[in-house]
Parts: sequence; structure tokens; C-alpha cells
Amino acid sequence: MDFQVVVLAGGFSKTLVPLVSKEVPKALLPVANRPVLSYVLELLEQNNLKDLIVVVESESAALLIGGWISSAYVDRLHVEVAAVPEEIGTAGALRAIDHHLTASDILVVSGDLVCDVPPGVVAATHRRHDAVVTAMLCSNPVSGSTESGSSGVKDKAKKRYNIIGLDPTKQFLLHVAAGVEVEKDVRVQKSILRAVGQMDIRADLMDAHMYAFKRSVLQEVLNKKEAFQSLRRDVLPYLVRSQLRSELLLNGVQSEENGNDKDASQNPKIVLSQLLANASTPSFHELHALGPNGFSLSPRKTHKCCVYIASNSNYCVRLNTIQAFSDINRDVIGDASHLSGYSFSAQNNIIDPSAVLGSKTTVGPQCMLGEGSQMGDKCSVKKSVIGRHCRIGSNVKIVNSIVMNHVTIGDGCSIQGSVVCSNVQLLERVVLKDCQVGAGFVVTAGSEHKGESLAKKEK
Amino acid sequence: MDPRRYSRVIDPKVRQVGFCPRSGQVQNQSGPTGPSTSPPVSHISPSSNSLSPVMIPPPRHPSDAASRAVNVPAAATTPLRPRRPSFDDPNNNSSSTEQLVVSSYNPDESVLGTSPPFSGIGDDRDGDAESEFSDNSVNWIRQNDSGRFPLSLAPDGRFDSAAAKEKQSKKPQVGSRKERGGGQTAEVRNDLPSESKPLKEKTSKAERRALQEAQRAVKAAAKAGGNKSKAASLSAHEQTDKAAKLPLQRKDDGPVTSSAAVSERRGGERPPEKDRKKDAPAPRMQFDDKNRVEKAKKRSVVKQTEARNRVELFRHLPQYEHGTQLPDLESKFFQLDPMHPSIYKVGLQYLAGDIRGGNARCVAMLQAFSEAIKDYSTPPEKTLTRDLTAKVNNFVSFLIECRPLSISMGNAIRFLKSRIAKLPITLSEAEAKSSLCSDIERFINEKIVIAEKVIVEHAVTKIQDGDVLLTYGSSAVVEMVILHAHKLGKQFRVVIVDSRPRFEGQALLRKLVKIGVSCTYTHINAVSYIMREVTRVFLGAASVFSNGTVYSRVGTACVAMVAHAFHVPVLVCCEAYKFHERVLLDSICSNELGDPDAISKVPGRMDINSLHDGTNKENLQLLNLMYDATPPDYISMIVTEYGMIPTTSVPVIVREYGREHLLI
Repeated sequence: MDFQVVVLAGGFSKTLVPLVSKEVPKALLPVANRPVLSYVLELLEQNNLKDLIVVVESESAALLIGGWISSAYVDRLHVEVAAVPEEIGTAGALRAIDHHLTASDILVVSGDLVCDVPPGVVAATHRRHDAVVTAMLCSNPVSGSTESGSSGVKDKAKKRYNIIGLDPTKQFLLHVAAGVEVEKDVRVQKSILRAVGQMDIRADLMDAHMYAFKRSVLQEVLNKKEAFQSLRRDVLPYLVRSQLRSELLLNGVQSEENGNDKDASQNPKIVLSQLLANASTPSFHELHALGPNGFSLSPRKTHKCCVYIASNSNYCVRLNTIQAFSDINRDVIGDASHLSGYSFSAQNNIIDPSAVLGSKTTVGPQCMLGEGSQMGDKCSVKKSVIGRHCRIGSNVKIVNSIVMNHVTIGDGCSIQGSVVCSNVQLLERVVLKDCQVGAGFVVTAGSEHKGESLAKKEK
Repeated sequence: MDPRRYSRVIDPKVRQVGFCPRSGQVQNQSGPTGPSTSPPVSHISPSSNSLSPVMIPPPRHPSDAASRAVNVPAAATTPLRPRRPSFDDPNNNSSSTEQLVVSSYNPDESVLGTSPPFSGIGDDRDGDAESEFSDNSVNWIRQNDSGRFPLSLAPDGRFDSAAAKEKQSKKPQVGSRKERGGGQTAEVRNDLPSESKPLKEKTSKAERRALQEAQRAVKAAAKAGGNKSKAASLSAHEQTDKAAKLPLQRKDDGPVTSSAAVSERRGGERPPEKDRKKDAPAPRMQFDDKNRVEKAKKRSVVKQTEARNRVELFRHLPQYEHGTQLPDLESKFFQLDPMHPSIYKVGLQYLAGDIRGGNARCVAMLQAFSEAIKDYSTPPEKTLTRDLTAKVNNFVSFLIECRPLSISMGNAIRFLKSRIAKLPITLSEAEAKSSLCSDIERFINEKIVIAEKVIVEHAVTKIQDGDVLLTYGSSAVVEMVILHAHKLGKQFRVVIVDSRPRFEGQALLRKLVKIGVSCTYTHINAVSYIMREVTRVFLGAASVFSNGTVYSRVGTACVAMVAHAFHVPVLVCCEAYKFHERVLLDSICSNELGDPDAISKVPGRMDINSLHDGTNKENLQLLNLMYDATPPDYISMIVTEYGMIPTTSVPVIVREYGREHLLI
């Protein structure tokens, strides 16, 4: 279909700090005991997209991710892992792999996306409208259930909403304002408003970071605007802003359509494109291009920015905060269990056959117990994910938590709403509530923590 | 064989059955018919011009004329012919051409002539109801004759008056027969009025059913000669009248003589028919046939949920739950490997309604094909001709799933396939591809672009200063005609008639107002008011069939009929590549159903949109027809690139130039 897929896998994200460590880049964070990147890769594989470029920030992360991909998808996918320097942003990353891009359209997917929306819909919308960029929007996730959400994280999540302006048919993107800009006044371009006549402003939509770009346009923008760092914050708003006074050299149909009217009768191609244009209902772009009289001498250049809005029945979340991390883990083994790829037992949980449970230990529904894990007597696990080869003592309560691999938990611990990273040691009678424990940390016996982030000091 | 396949072919003849009284009778014998639903002659007053929209005036059919011309015993032989698709039969045509000329086909007469077909069917039903139909039938012959009297006495029916004389001379005899017939006929007559009234509107449905029955009858007749003779002998037993007996006896020894002749004739005809089938687009899926629908579903690329509440009469047409197809197709974007991206894009645009209009759809499709051919490479161990044909078939079936093809697209596909088939084997792949691409380009150029220009040149001569033109919806060619006429400095006014739900006319209106043409815009409800001031009606067409029927955006027929009633000439502008040899009598058999929600929803009127919420109610069925068929009688002239022709000349164009697609 002449699409090329670029997966932006990120590097060692700072926002996820106690979870992400030198050994675990963001893309390899486990969601239901599987790296989060695998969700994107499998979605793409399902859709027959097997030639991928995975862009990773920093060499070391690239090594880790490349190693994992080659072991997990050895003969299923053809993946190229490209390492780019840190802190150059998404736009910079694409600029760096510029020479790899050859297809006519590029699908850019964020590596931290967990969703079941087929990328085909974005591509199809893109092709249908012959758009310059098509973005996928999904409704804002309901962040955190009442029991698990820590208040501090919640506030942060609340601030991160976007203002998005759509045309009445909900097909074109008219306005994007993200994050911080929202605090100020919203400035809407008059020309766009005049051309469209009506604009829906939505704050309940989230940019899912799945874009389809026209390659020529993307490369042109990246080359021209050296300062652009981020696709979301710079490139997309720029394209949206300039859609009615396009400075891009578009090849293909659009420039033909806008060809001079005078020689129209001579050139059969232009007659045809006019014929086609007459038959379809013109979008506001075409109307605007023709000018107020419909016959302006130098038609204005326009390009289209489209959106695809995922329906509410689809699951679509990005793993970009700690809150999102625990939410996604909970959802993947709970509501959105079709994503996990595991088959659930009759009790609606997944317990690996090699896991060992002590007597009177109960594992509730929507739980997951990795291979080789051992649990002592009288434990209780509810709505939690426990990784591989964990050793859990007796009388341990784990609720709404994520315990990664190789964790040792002493007797009588109680863990609620927390994330415990790999190789952590919890000694006896530790009580954790809404905490994040960094990899390799040792929590002393009998200590109680609430809403804290515990990690080893970086040396 | 699929019995449905025959229906279209048989149509004209069965209608002719209505015209010649005996034919109905013969049908009775050959097989059982369904419950009668059509009104008898006497209840349609022949002089009234009020046609219900589904009634179709009779086609000018050679055999009609023939049956009228010959006297009764001769007519009795004609009934055997209805089995054959007469339109495609050159012999038949040629044999009866003189008669065709004689029966001057003026609209008034044709309007009057509408009733007989129904009468024919009606009486054939009644005859069936009573097993001893011989007597009845005789009477019905008489009745039909009398029923036709007004027709034959019509002031301008030159030929018919002659025929009437003949009949009048016969009448005494017939009358005497009637007396013999006695009480049964009285019964029958009593039955009829009660039957006829409520069924008046449904006539065409009844007609269709009658057609089906007729086909079955044909089959039965063809197969079981013994059966037939039995029935015939049964009836012959009660036969008292010699004249009436004559045809029946002929039937009686049918296997030996007349039906043998029929089979002979058939045998002669079959092979060409089969040949034709190869050329003709495959018969439309009948979507009320569950087995076929199931099969088609398995094959289909696009997942389609069929709409639940469908109008009974249109169940044979595909209708899907709107809004389910597009997301599904979109989500499969990357999974459809064999589909070329450009084909996919066009299909998507059809489905989403981004491309509309016969020409635009056809051009878009051809351009997509040309793209696909450019990117095509023959797989090893295969020949280009065959593999590419299979590929094109694939593409076409995909496009059909997105939206049913228009006739024009069907013709274009036929052209392309014949070009592929006729590629010389000696050509290299690159040469073959470039030759195909240039063929496609030439087709677009000659058949559409240049054709439009020529049509404009022709049509513009019909616009004079002071004219008031009326057009319906937005036809690209009509638009070009108006623009050109304006450019020539002609002084005229344009009335644009539009209709819900698409309001296509508004785009045209916008353009015309911009260039300074004085316009009136109204909706189709007001067409009878505005028609008074109109001097010419220009219409576009999606297709023109060989009986002269114009198939176009729904509402066109209404406009044409109103114009006819006001004696305003109706000019249809249509490129010749949209002509098709098929015969279409009503807009039911082949049509397209649009999104039913479109008619229940009124944008911007929340207060009356309550209906829309109840779309899922069991007892609410919404019908959004896309096309209708305008009978040829309401069309003064068809403007094509071959000149301005009357509707009667459509078969000539199809015959003389239709092959040219293939031979370009």
C-alpha cells in the first residue's frame, strides 16, 4: 500500500523515572509481563505491516531494544532499529532517519501506544482525502480509579489536555493547542474560521501519536524548519496553521487542481480533474483555494490536515506517566483483556503453570502471575500483575499493584496501588501504599511508605 | 439456469401479451399463475392521462404493432413468441418494421395504450382461476377488444382505427360466442371490480410477478409438452367455439408442430444469446435470494451488515446498514494485499460518497485502473492477458462491494477487458501495459471529454434568446451546456429544480449565479407551478436503455412527466457510452438504495428529527431510491455526441456504435 512505518520508541523517559532505569528503557516497561513496545509491534503485525523502522533515543537503549526485538520477533518482522541521540525530539528523530524514508506516505507510531485501533483506519482516511497529515485522536482516558490513583499524579494528568478544533464533519483538523498553551488565551485563525464557517472545539480528545504523513511534505518541513523538535508541538501545529496558505510544494493531484484556469480547456488532464472535483462535494480547502468568486486568477495553495477519531469502544492509551502505567496494566488484564494475548482461566486470571502457590493463598480475578513465581501461605492477590521468578513470603497482601520480575517480598507485607520494579527486595512487614519502588531497591523491614517514590541513589 | 436471468429479457414480450388478447390465454395453459393483482381494462379509463408513477407506458414494440395488425386467428400464433427476447432478435424486428412504421407512435396514443398490458395479465389470471377458461377467454378476448376501443378510436391513431374496423367486423361473432359462454363470464366480471381497486397502485409489482410466472410457464412449456397437451385437451374438451379452438388445437399437437417450430426458433437463437451473455455484465445479484447472499458474503472483502428494515418491494437490491462498511474497509487497509492502492482509494471514495456522478465515477475508476496497470507485472508462469483480466475482475468486484456499478462503468469495464483480451501475444509486457494505458486514456478522452464537448455544441443550438430552461439536480453536461450558451451571449433564464436529501442543484446554482445567469431555484414539490413558464427542459442521465428509457437521478421522471403534460420539450443530454442494450421498464428491477437515514434526517431541524431516532422500529421502513426510469414517451430528444436522436433511435446507436467500444 506504499506506506512505511516508523515506530518512535523513545529512550529513558524522565517522567517515568523510578520505573525506567539504565536496564529498562521506556519501551521495555512490562505491561502484563510483556514490554509495552510489543503491543505496538503486534498491532502492526496483525495489520500486515512487517517492515518497520524503530527509532530509539540513545545507543544503549537501542542495544537493549534491538536485542529484545531480534529475540522475540526473529522471523516474524523485519525491523530496523535506528539509534538517535537523546533529546533531539520526535521531529529530530525523523530528521535523523530521513534517508531511510522512501514510500509515498509515512505512518509514525509512538512506541508507548497501547491500543486496538487498526492503523489502517488512519492510513485509509489519509489516502481518501489525499491529506498532508492525518492524526488519530482518541477520547481522554479516565485516569485512575478512585482506589489506586495518587493525588499528585492525578493533578499532573489533568493539566495535560489539548484543545482541538475540528470542522463540523469531524474530518479536518483546524486548530491544535497543547499542554501549556491552553492556560493562555486560545487564538484561532480568522482565515480558517471564515473558510470553514463553524468550528467544534473539543477538550476531551487526546492525541494518540499515530500520524500518517505525506513523505514529501514531512521531509520538506523537517528540512526547512530546523528549529522544529517535536511532531506534536511543532510540526503538526505548523501544518494545521498553514493549511490555507500552504508554502509546501505539493506534487500530485492538488497542484493540478489548482492549475491555471485559462489553459484548462486545452489540457485534458485538468479538464478531468475539474470533472472529478465538480462531482465531489468540495471541502472548505477547495472552496477557499478558489477564492471568493470561485475563479481567482492565482488560486491559493492549500493542504488538508485530517483526523481520525477513534470510537469509544476502542482502547487507546499512551504509556507516558506512572499513572498511565498502572492504569494500562490494570486494563490489559482487566477490561481490555483482548490486548494481552493471553487466555484467561475460568477465574478470569492468568496463573502460569510453573507458578507455585502456598496453601490458603488466593489469587483473585484480573490478576496475573508470571512463570516460576512462588507464593507462600495465606497470601491474597487482587487486581495485580506479578512478574516472573518472584518469591513472595506468607501472609502477603497485594492489591492493585504491579510487581515486576525477580522481586523478593518478605512475610507479612502489604502492597497497595504500588509499582515494584525488578530485583527489589521487600523485607518483612513492609507496608507500601501508592509507592513506586525503583529497580534493585531494598526496603527495610517494618517500614511504612505512602505515596513515595523509592529508588536507589544514582552514583 | 437462473430463472431470474430471464426476467429482463422477457419483459417486453410479456407486456406485449397484454396487447394481444390471445396471448394471455395461452399463458394460462402453459402454467399456473400467481394470485391476480392487476386491474382490468375497464377500470383504467383510457382517456385519463393520470399514470401512477410505477406504471410504464408500453414500449413501442414491433410485435405490438404486429399483433394489432393481424386478425384474431393470426394473433393466436403470436402468443408463442413472447418467450423470445424480441428486442435482441433482428429477424423479428425486421419482419415487423413496416408495421412499426404504420403504428405511428405518438405520445397521446401511448398514454392511452397503457392499460392493455394490465388487462392482459388480469384476464390471464382470471382464466386461471376458473379451470374451464376456454369460454372465459373468449369472452375476455371480446372484452379486451372493447377495452381497446377507445384506443383505436383515438383521434390520431391512424393505424388503430383500421385495426378497429377489422375488430368491429369480428365483433358480432365474438358477441355470439359470449352468449354461449353464459354464466361464467358474469361471475368473472363480478369478481373483478372488487379485486381491482385496492391493487391499483401495486400494478407493477403484480406485473413483475406475472413476469416470473410467465417465465416459469415458458420453462414448463418448453419441458413438458405432455403436461401442456393434457391441459390443452382438458380445455379442448369444453371447447365449443371453432375459432377459439383453432389455436388451442394447434397447441394441442404442439410438440409436433408449433412448439416444435418454437423450439427450432429457439435453437436458432440460443447461441447468440449465450455469446451476448459473455459480453453483458453479469446479472445483478438478487438480494432477496438468501443462498446467494450468503455466498456473496463469504467472498466479500467489505463486511456488510444488511439493513434490517427493508421495503418489501426492493428486497432484491442490496442495502446495508449505513456506516458499518466504511470503518470496516478502513481498518482493513493494510490487509488487502492484492488491491492496488489507487483502486482502494477509489473504492473508499465511492463508499464515503466523495465521488459522485456517473462520469466522475467512471473516470476515477479508469484512472485507478490505469495506475494499477502501470504498476502491474505479470507473475512468472502466467500470461498477461489472463492474469490481468483476473486482476481487473478482482478490482471490479471490490468496487462493486463499495458501491454498485453504474451502467457507464460497466461499459467502460467491458471495453477495458476486451482490450486486454485482444492484446497481441507478441507484445512485450511493457508495450502491452502502455498500450492499455493509452487505450484507457483514449476512452476517457473520446467517450467522455470530447463527447461532452460535442453534446454541448449540439444542445446549445436548441437554446434561443428568451428561453427559460429547466434542469433538475446537477448534471455536468447540462451545466456545460448552460455555461456555453451563456458564453455565446444567449439571453435565457434557468430554473433549477432540486430535491432532498442531497441538494445537488445548489452547487450548480452557485456557479450559474456567479457568472451572472439569471436563475430560479425551487424544489421538486413546486415543479408543476414553475413548469408553466419553462420553454425547455434539459436533463442529464445515468444511462439510457435500448427501449429509450432514461435512467437517472430519482426525480427526473417526475420532472419529465410534468414537462410532458405542459407540452414542454424535454432534452436529455447523455454520452453514448452510457447507452446500454438492456431494456428497462420500471425503476424497481434495477436500482440502487441509498442511505435510508438521509431522508429521515433533516439537517438543522432538531425538532423534526424525532423520526430519526425511531429508525430501528420494526414497522418503519425507509426507502431512499437513487434512480428512476423515465419512460421514453416523455422525452422529446436525446442529445448524444452522434447527434440529436429520438428515443426510438437508441437501439440504433447501441447497435451501430456499441460494438465500437470493442473495436476501437
